[in-house]
Parts: sequence; C-alpha cells; structure tokens
Amino acid sequence: MRCHDFPKLELPVFSSAHAHFICKMAAVQGGLVDAVEEKTIKSEPVADATANNSANDARAPSSSPGSGVSPGVNKPAAGAAEDQQTLLAVLQFLRKNNLSESVEILRREAGLPEDSLDQKGGDSTGTGLGGPEADGRTDAGSLLSRVTVSSSAPLKSGKVAVAEDQPDVNVVLSAYSQQGDPALYEVYYSGLKKFIETVLDCHRAELSQVFYPLFVHMYLELVYNNHENKAKAFFEKFSGDQECYYQDDLRVLCSLTKKEHMRGNETLLDFRTSKFVLRISRDSYQLLKRHLQERQNNQIWNIIQEHLYIDIFDGMPRSKGQIDAMSGSLAGEAKREANKAKVYYGLLKEPEIELPLDDEDEEAENEEGKPKKKKPKKDNMGSKSKKQDPNAPSQTRIPLPELKDSDKLDKIMNMKEATKRIRLGPDNLPSICFYSFLNAYQGLTAVDLTDDSSLIAGGFADSTVRVWSVTPKKLRKVKSAADLNMIDKESDDVLERIMDEKTASESKILYGHSGPVYGISFSPDRNYLLSSSEDGTIRLWSLQTFTCLVGYKGHNYPVWDTQFSPHGYYFVSGGHDRVARLWATDHYQPLRMFSGHLADITCTRFHPNSNYVVTGSSDRTIRLWDVLNGNCVRIFTGHKGPIHALAFSPNGKFLASGATDGRVLLWDIGHGLMVGELKGHTDTIYSLRFSRDSEILASGSMDNTVRLWDATKAFDLETDDFTAATGHIHLQDNSQELLLGSYMTKSTPVIHLHFTRRNLLLAAGGYNP
Amino acid sequence: MHTSLMADREERRFAEVSRESIKLMAESAGVELGDDVAGLLAEDVCYRLREATQSSSQFMRHAKRRKLTVEDFNRALRWSNVEAICGYGAQDALPFRSVKDGELYFVEDREINLVELALATNIPKGCAETMVRVNVSYLDGKGNLEPQGTVPSAVQSLSDDLLKYYQQITRAILGEDPHLMKVALLDLQSNSKIAALLPYFVYVISGVKSVSHDLEQLNRLLHMVKSLVQNPYLYLGSYVRSLVSSVMYCILEPLAASINPLNDHWTLRDYAALLLSHIFWTHGDLVSGLYHQILLSLQKVLSDPVRPLCSHYGAVVGLHALGWKAVERVLFPHLPAYWANLQAVLDDYSVSNAQVKADGHKVYGAILVAVERLLKMKALSLSQPVEGGSSAQVGSTMGSTGYRVSSPGLSPPPEPLTEAALGIASHLQAGGSGCPWEEWTPVPLPAMYSELYSFFGDSLAVRFSTGPGKGNYAPCNPSQVSNSRKEPSGATSNPDTTRKMPQLTANLNISPRQDGSPRMDPSVARASSVQRSRSSSSRSGQRSTGLSRDVFPKARFTPPQTGPPVFSFLIGGRQMGRRCQGRRPFQTTFAPSASLPIPPRAYTHKLPVIGRVGKPVRRWTCSHYSLHLPL
Repeated sequence: MRCHDFPKLELPVFSSAHAHFICKMAAVQGGLVDAVEEKTIKSEPVADATANNSANDARAPSSSPGSGVSPGVNKPAAGAAEDQQTLLAVLQFLRKNNLSESVEILRREAGLPEDSLDQKGGDSTGTGLGGPEADGRTDAGSLLSRVTVSSSAPLKSGKVAVAEDQPDVNVVLSAYSQQGDPALYEVYYSGLKKFIETVLDCHRAELSQVFYPLFVHMYLELVYNNHENKAKAFFEKFSGDQECYYQDDLRVLCSLTKKEHMRGNETLLDFRTSKFVLRISRDSYQLLKRHLQERQNNQIWNIIQEHLYIDIFDGMPRSKGQIDAMSGSLAGEAKREANKAKVYYGLLKEPEIELPLDDEDEEAENEEGKPKKKKPKKDNMGSKSKKQDPNAPSQTRIPLPELKDSDKLDKIMNMKEATKRIRLGPDNLPSICFYSFLNAYQGLTAVDLTDDSSLIAGGFADSTVRVWSVTPKKLRKVKSAADLNMIDKESDDVLERIMDEKTASESKILYGHSGPVYGISFSPDRNYLLSSSEDGTIRLWSLQTFTCLVGYKGHNYPVWDTQFSPHGYYFVSGGHDRVARLWATDHYQPLRMFSGHLADITCTRFHPNSNYVVTGSSDRTIRLWDVLNGNCVRIFTGHKGPIHALAFSPNGKFLASGATDGRVLLWDIGHGLMVGELKGHTDTIYSLRFSRDSEILASGSMDNTVRLWDATKAFDLETDDFTAATGHIHLQDNSQELLLGSYMTKSTPVIHLHFTRRNLLLAAGGYNP
Repeated sequence: MHTSLMADREERRFAEVSRESIKLMAESAGVELGDDVAGLLAEDVCYRLREATQSSSQFMRHAKRRKLTVEDFNRALRWSNVEAICGYGAQDALPFRSVKDGELYFVEDREINLVELALATNIPKGCAETMVRVNVSYLDGKGNLEPQGTVPSAVQSLSDDLLKYYQQITRAILGEDPHLMKVALLDLQSNSKIAALLPYFVYVISGVKSVSHDLEQLNRLLHMVKSLVQNPYLYLGSYVRSLVSSVMYCILEPLAASINPLNDHWTLRDYAALLLSHIFWTHGDLVSGLYHQILLSLQKVLSDPVRPLCSHYGAVVGLHALGWKAVERVLFPHLPAYWANLQAVLDDYSVSNAQVKADGHKVYGAILVAVERLLKMKALSLSQPVEGGSSAQVGSTMGSTGYRVSSPGLSPPPEPLTEAALGIASHLQAGGSGCPWEEWTPVPLPAMYSELYSFFGDSLAVRFSTGPGKGNYAPCNPSQVSNSRKEPSGATSNPDTTRKMPQLTANLNISPRQDGSPRMDPSVARASSVQRSRSSSSRSGQRSTGLSRDVFPKARFTPPQTGPPVFSFLIGGRQMGRRCQGRRPFQTTFAPSASLPIPPRAYTHKLPVIGRVGKPVRRWTCSHYSLHLPL
C-alpha cells in the first residue's frame, strides 16, 4: 500500500503538530478509524483559527499578506488536554507499526514522558487494539477502505466521547452484536409499518422517514449476526418500500450478505459511524415514541436511539413534498443547527483602480514602479469607506495576495470589457460558441478557460494536459537561462524579449501526471495552471515556461477536482479520500483540511470572496467551509445523486449545484436554504455557470444539451422569517417557466461552460463520434 | 479468465460466479476444492467483483463517460491493491464465445503472430492531432446557423427582428411603391447583418418561375439578385448556383410575358444576361465548373431549333455577356447551322410571320453585336500579345479587366485580353473538359472574319473599321486584314482601356440615366440609379458620357483619308454617342446602306429589310435605354 512508506520517509521532518497529518495517513491505512481521527480533525481547525487570526492581526496591515501567509498547520496548539490524547493515540499507532524512531522523535518534540504511551496503550489495547491489529492489516488490503470521518459539525461530540477509546471497525460493528431474535425483525418492522400507515396523514410523511434508516440498520444487524438468509428475506420483503432515490445505496447494501463483507465497506461504515439525521415535528415524534413504548418494541427503539439523530422541531409537520426535497443524502438531512452559522457571503471591495484615460498614464504608473506607496493609500481608502456590503467579510479576514501591476491592468481590461457587456435576460439570450475537442480519443476529462477567454486547457485520460490559445496570439515559452542572460534587461520591451519566438505554437502539451487528469484550473493571472489527477497529486504548471513547478502530494488517492481561488495564490482540492484541502501555491503542505463528507469529494469551488470553499460529494451533500477556521458552515441536502457541478453566483449570494440526477438545485447561502429546483436535464450535469451579471444560469450536461435558466426570476423570492427559521421550504415546480432555452450539441457532452466578459457563452466538450 | 454465469434462478440481481466455475479454475491451477469451500469462495469472489465494479464506475463518472471501460475497472483494481488484468484494453468489442458441452463462456483470445505484425506493410497511421475548434452554435440564443445549402421552408425560426426585416424588405421590393423599393434594394445591398436571411431571399428569388407572366416582378427579383450580389458582407457560397439558375431562367425561358409582343421581355433578357455575367465575374469562383455549366446550357438552347426565337436571343445575349471567348467557342462554331434557320425566318415575308420575323431580327442583331465584338477582341488579342501584361495590370488594378468594345449595353465588364490575365481565364480552362485552347482549335481570325462577312456583309464591316476604306475589300487577304487591324486597335486600345474604365463602373450599375422608355417603370429606374449615386455613379456617369464623346470623334477622325467608309463610321459614331446602341446595326446601317455601294455578298440584301422594320425596334431600343446606362 502506498502510504506505508510515506510516513517513514516524511516523519523525521515533522513537527509535533504534524501529528494530525500522520494520523490521517495512519487512518488511511485502514485499521484506525473513528475516534482519534475525529479528534485530530476537530482540534486542528481550532489551532489554525487562533494561529491564523493572530497572524492576521499582526501582519495584515503592515506587510504584504502574499508573502506573510503562514500555514496554520505549523503552529502547534499545545496545552489542550484533548490534544495530548490525540498525540498519545498517534504514538500508539506508530508503535503498533514498529516505527520506533518516529515514536521517539514525536515524543521528544511533544515533551511527553516515556511511560505515558505505555499507560495509554495499556488501557486501550486491552479492549480494542490488541486483537484487531491483524484485522486492521487485512483491512488495509481490502477495497478502498480508508479514512472515515464523521461530521465535524458541532453536534458530533456526544458520539465522539463514546467512541473515543474504541478506534476500530470491529468495535464499531460490535454495536450490532447484542440483538434479539432475528425471526422477529420482520415482525417488528412490519408492525411499525402498519402503525405508520394508520397514523394521521399529516404525520405519516414525517414518520415514513424512519423507514429507510431503520431498514438499513436492521438489515445490517442481521448480516452482522450471520443470519444471512434472514437478511436476504428481510431485504426482499421491504426493500421495495424504500424511496426510489435510495436505489443506489440499496444496491450496494444488497450485495452485502456476509459479516466479512461488512468490514471495509465504506457505505456501511458511513451508516454506522454517522447518525442518520431526521427532522421530525414534536407531535410526530411523540406519536412514534408512545407507540414504541406501548408496544415495548425495544428493538426498534434501540436502533432509533443509537443510530438515528432525530432533530425535533416545534410546529406543523412537513409535507411529503417538503421532505422529499430535502432528503436523499447518504446520512439524512442536515441538522438545522448546521446551517445557522453566519456566512459572510458578500463580495470583497474591489481595489480602487482608476481607469486610465489613455495608455500613457498607465505607462507612467508602471514605470514609476511605486506600488508600495500606492498600496497603503488604497488600503486606507478601503478601511475608511465603511460602506461595503454588511454581509461581506472584512478585507483582511483572509490574507490575500497583493495586486501586481499586471493584475491591475487585467482588472482595467475587465472593466473596459464590462462596459461592452451585453445585458442578458429572458428576451436577450446569449449567443453560444462551442469549443469542440476533436480527435480526443484519449478521453477528455476536464476543461477550463481563463477568465478573459484567451486560453483553453484540457485534461485528458492519457495523463496529459494540453493548453490551447484561442486567440491569434500564439503560446511561447520563456527563453532558456543562457539566452536570458544575453538580453538587454533595461529595454522597454524586455517582457517581449524574454519570449522565445521559435517555440510559438497554437498549443502546448504538459506531461507529468501518471493518471487521468480530472480537474484543471487556470490561475486568475493566467501565469499558472493547476491539474489534479488520479495519481493522487496536484500539479502546478507555469504557463511561461510550460513546465511543472510543483507537485502537491497529500491526497494519496485520486483527486477529483481542484480550483484556484479567484484571488489566486490559494487553491482547493478534493478527492477520493473525502477530505478537501486548502493549499497555497508556495506551501507543499495543505493549509487546511476540510473533512466531514461521507464519500468522495467530487467537485470543489471557491466563493467569489475567497473566504469560503464549497465541496460537492458522492454522499449527495454539499458543504460550505470557512477557509479561516476550517469549519463546515453549511450542509445542503436534497440531491439524489453525486454532485458534479457547483457554481456561485457572481454576487456571492447564491449557489447552484448539479448532480447525476440531472437536477440543478439553487441555494441561498445566507439563509442556508434551498430556493429552487431546475428539472429538465436527462443526464449528469457536469457544468454550471452564471452569466456575468447573474441574470442567466447555464447548465451543461452529459445529455448533450446546454440549457439556459432565468436566474433572476429563480432567485426573485422573499424568504420569510418562518422559513428561514425552520428551514422548511415550499418549492414550486416552475422549471418550465424558468427554462429559457435548450440547445443541442452534436453528440458532444458539455463538460465546461464559461461566460466571456461580454456575456458570450462558451461551451466545451469532446466530440464522441 | 473464464467466467461462467449461472442463470438458473429466476430473479438475479447480480452476475454470479458459480461454485462450479470456482472448482474448474481451481482444478486448472491444480487444486482440489470441496463443495463448501468453493461455495464460499464463489460468494466472496462475487462480492469483490461487485465492489470493484462499483468503485470503477466512479472513474467512469469522473472521466465524463457513459461507457465503463476496462481501464476504469483496472484502476479500481489497482487502488484496491489487486493486480490489474492485462490484454483487454482494446477499444473493439471482445468476442464472447460459448462452448455448449462444458457450459463455458469465454472471451476469445486468438494468438497474434508478432512477426507478421512487426513486418506488416500497412503501418497504422497515428491518429489525428487533438485539437480544439470553435463554432458559433446559437446566435442570440436562437436559430442554428449550421444547415447551410438548403433552403429552409419555414421562416418562423428566425428571430423576430430578422423576420420583420425580411417581411419589410420583400414587401417593399415586390410592392407598389417605387421609392420604398429603391430604399429596400439599397439596404439589401449594404446591410451587413442579413447573412441569416440569405436562404430566404434566395428562396424568394427562385420564385421567378411563378411570376414569368409579370415582367415587372421579374425585373424586381433581378434587382434583388443584383443587390444581394453586390452586398460585400454576404458570402453567397453555394447559393450562387441557385441565384444563377434564377437569372438563367429569365434569360432563356420563353416567358409567359413574351407572348404579348408589346411586352419588352428583350430588355429583361439583356438585363439578366448582364447580371449573369456580373455574378459570374464576381462570384464565379464560389462554385466550381459553373462557367462550363452555363456555357453548356446556353449551347443547348441555341442548338435547339424548337425553342422560340426569344430563347435563342437570350442564349446569344448570354454568351455575349460572358465574354468574347464564350462567343468564339459556342456561338461561332454553331453559327452556320443556325444561320440557315434564321434566314428562313427572315426570308418569310408573309403577314402571319411578321411577329416571328421581328423576333428573328432581334436575334440577328444580337448575333451581329456578339460576333463584332468577337472580331474586335480577337484582333486586339492578336495584335498585342506583348501588351497583355499591361492590360492585365490595368485590369487587376481596377478590379476587372479592360473593356473596350462598343457595345456598352451588354458586354461583361471584365474581359481579360490575355489568357493568364485573371482568375476568370483560369476558370475558363478549369471549367471542365471544354478548354477552348486544347480541344477546340480556334479559327484563325481572317478565316473567321471572312466567314462572318459572308453572313453579315457590310453590316459587319461597318463595325469593324478595317478594310473597306481601302476600296475593294479582299476578305481573304490575311496580311491586309491583320495589318489594318493592327493599326487602329494598337492605336486605340490602350487609351481605350484606360479611358473606358469609367464605363465599366457605370455599366455595372445598370442604372438608367435617360429615362426615355414609356414602358419602363420609373421606380425601377430610380431605384437602381440610387444604388450607387451617393458614392460614384453620378461622377462616373458624367465622365463616361464625356468619354464616349471623346472616343468617337477620334474614331471619326482617324480614318478620314479612306473615303466612303467614313460615312458608316460617322453614323455609327453618332449613334453611339447619342444612344449608345452599338448593338443595333439596324439603325446604324439604315441611312448609309442606301447610299453605299455594297459588294454583293451573300446576305447583304437583308439589310434594307432589316432597316425597314425599324419601327418596333425603335420603341424597344428606347426602353432599352432606360435600363442600361448610356455612355
């Protein structure tokens, strides 16, 4: 297994705080799952937050944050008791794997007494670690088993405490062991079913939510206790009752008929380790509770107690439609509390750049070369005029790189283009240009366009990344070092002189990955390109030299997506290991790790203000993470399939998401609510994009169509306080009204969409004859 | 790997590897398995397979594909630390075979002869380079621009604005208001945003067949063609063919309107022929072989005696418009045969034949004009092979080659003297098998002249400005002919070329200046005259009128020493200057023919006759003025 040798190599250079990381690696290995893992991840953001805050306070006003950003990971947050426990767990793990040297180093750095480990080890191995060690090893070999983390959302702590000293799958599973008569399971279940079918209509829909998690847990109990045939019969009898959107999970479940299979099955672990969340009104809950207690149906009651989290609210029970809109995720709905945190979704104040009247002024500015003098002025201006959006984060909440002169030029260009922008609307739809990738036999897996639409890049299944210039301007490399020495550095056109004319070509191929390139992203300044690949790495390429600059390792499993921050410097990635990572281009270690998803992270996007990232996952949830402290601030449920496309509206207020279920869901970030559902596509949606002024939402899909939706109308709704407070939404089915157009391609799946600065819609895809 | 699928039970969620298969596999590996062990193994194998399939589907989803590939499965295997399976990566479907007896199913795995493969001569070509191509798929969110070349039937798929424009324009052009039509034509000629409407306009124009009774409408449609052709923003593409066929219809078909002798369909044919040449010279390169096709269809009409004379007239005029080479190649060889027919018509003095005879005279006149220019151009081309370069240069600088013949009404603007002068010449060659210089040996000029002279007699000589001055004209004296020809042509051609350039533009305009035609709809006249008036036509028109006065005095004074023929020249010149009717030999020769001692040639006796029927001709000529810009 790949990660076996990784800790060995890297460990000596780690500081103690890197223990989090090692721990993660260890968990990846398979055996160690729940408790330790959870703790490290929970503690890390805290440490980061304090570290980063202090860094901000100290540095941001004085020096340039671009160079001053320090990865919070490096700051050890010593002293916390739970942190020490984490360390102990790590040491224990290391020792278990005979990494004695590492143990020594870590212990010394952490300043722990030598016997501390033994004590700790003594009381935990007795229960959990001794026997399972072998199992852990075999698990490592089992298919795709890896880190399983429960939600880092605030409400998790109760469970954490219980599981803390039992960091093993077996222990986790053993919760299933002490059950009653398997023959009665069907009776129990059908008894409950009968009851729920006879309750008042208003309660029935709510109580029906219990069916699915109950069904799954009962089935798993049967399997765990080796009642294979009983389990099969149980499945046969009741699987048809489940909601159709659980079909995928049921398929996985029914393939699982042996206790041995349960070990290493991620779906199962998800079920076991995270509580399935149900939202039920108090009345309905009382009804259910009374029924179960009257019947003395302890079997079901136990399951509900142990494996379900019932989020009780006061008020009207929800309707079937309301429930269906929000359910579908792997672990039920989001808890209401999960979406209560304040999100600063407003946009950062644009740096004030005056449009030069003519180019000479611009030249003069550049030649003076005194950005330092100008910069503080602008900063002062920014802080003085407090008129900025109340929902926007402070300018310095996240240290952002300073604007370079070229960035300013680009912004000026952008503004100039914006004045020529076409105002779109239902009566004025954008023209669509399609970039077809021809002869892409190797398989086109990812596409990105630069913001100014001058370059297009494709990631391919044959591990290559190809960059094309879509303007007449050819791509040129910078001259070699020897040649660079020869040029006159004082000349005005030095930037032109450094380019090697001989290398001019329409496209360049970047070699370096060893697996399909699934994610690709241009830096906003067009100097860099990021690519993430199945080989577990993210690579940073220079578009000046067309060479690889850095390979970021850390995911160790396929990295499904990556994206640059809109301000550059930072980027986010997510992959098969279920952890999204925040990186800075000049750090080879991630700055933040966002863990909480129960399945692969399939796509990642930065919020326009760079303070948040959003991740979509195969667990059918969307999570919004705060870059500053690593907290998960929003969990959106409602999709019925893996999410493959995400897009923030340019004003930062809304989010659109598309999934394999062919639906686009619209979310209000501030209120944490679903505000719309766009039905129409018949296959996976791979790309979403808002027009530059947010009037139109374009969606591109595997069904070979681009569809345009009236975003203005879709978001034109008032959120009353009641809805905001309860999170109970009433979605009207107005997809047909909102659909402005549906445009067929020529058997080409649409995998990328882009609005030019003048609102021309560009679509891209590989032609599949 | 040979997998046998058990299909015994009814409802089966998954493919399963049967216990027997496991046993078989174990046996092949030399291991004997018990039933229960095999059963357990089988179940586990199934489960692992399902698991691997499940995770491989993830790779498929992220590769944005619908088809699960072997590659995906291998990736899943690799990530679960299982060895990948090799040899199944080919794109082609694998043949799946079964063996009845053993209930075995397996993928066929043939042996490959590596030596043969290595030494194979058909080395597979590398696949084409991956590239990105962009196309505008939807303009303003509407209408797919893709299907070109076909004429869509429904106008409804256009955007509202375009639809409105289309309706307004067609209504204006085909409507009553001459002023509106003028404006519409002008806009059609200069609007840069009507590319999407082109198919619809072409479609409208192709409606010529349905209005063949209405000269007025035909005329308007032809004007529409002209506007489209002149619009610099339109790429006509393959629509050229459709436009040409509509124009050819107007030239060649016995239009319903021509039943009534009072209808001036001749003018329409002249105009259409001019338009044809214009389309051809400017857009001929868009459709390959167009020139040849046109020639063929003209020839077909000409050689078809059943066709009415007006069709023949159209063919002759069309050939003339396409240039003297077309005349030489098609009309000239065909002339002897045709002449017999024509003569029969002309010789019939019966009252019932009067109308046909009048038509015959039109054809006669058209042929005369055509062959005259043929002779002139041929002489010119023979006399100045060296100057070809200069004329070509002039031509290219002016956008079209020199035009130096005295029939401004009809001749096509660009007429390359030398073969290699312009692209058109190459078109002539490229136009299929009929390359005139290879297959068809040109008749030498003297022979040609003598033959033509035998048909036309002095009515030809009048135009030719050669020999007759020397007294007894010896038609078969080549040296004399060529000598005498060289002189005037050499002297006049160059100044002619340069000076007559303005005629060219004026000619292209086809805008009537002196509206003398009672039949001519003033709207047509004004509309077409407006077309260029702002920019150039007024000036160039002026200049050209001045020029023509220039030219002919000169012609008048060059040959004075030659005596009698002066007459003819004078008359011809006056006529040219006044009416620009070079094409009409009837009037030209009318006056002098009586006084001239004409050598008794084969057909000269016709001339007075022709002159006598001048009345109706005169009216036609008048209307003719209105359409063709006089010099």
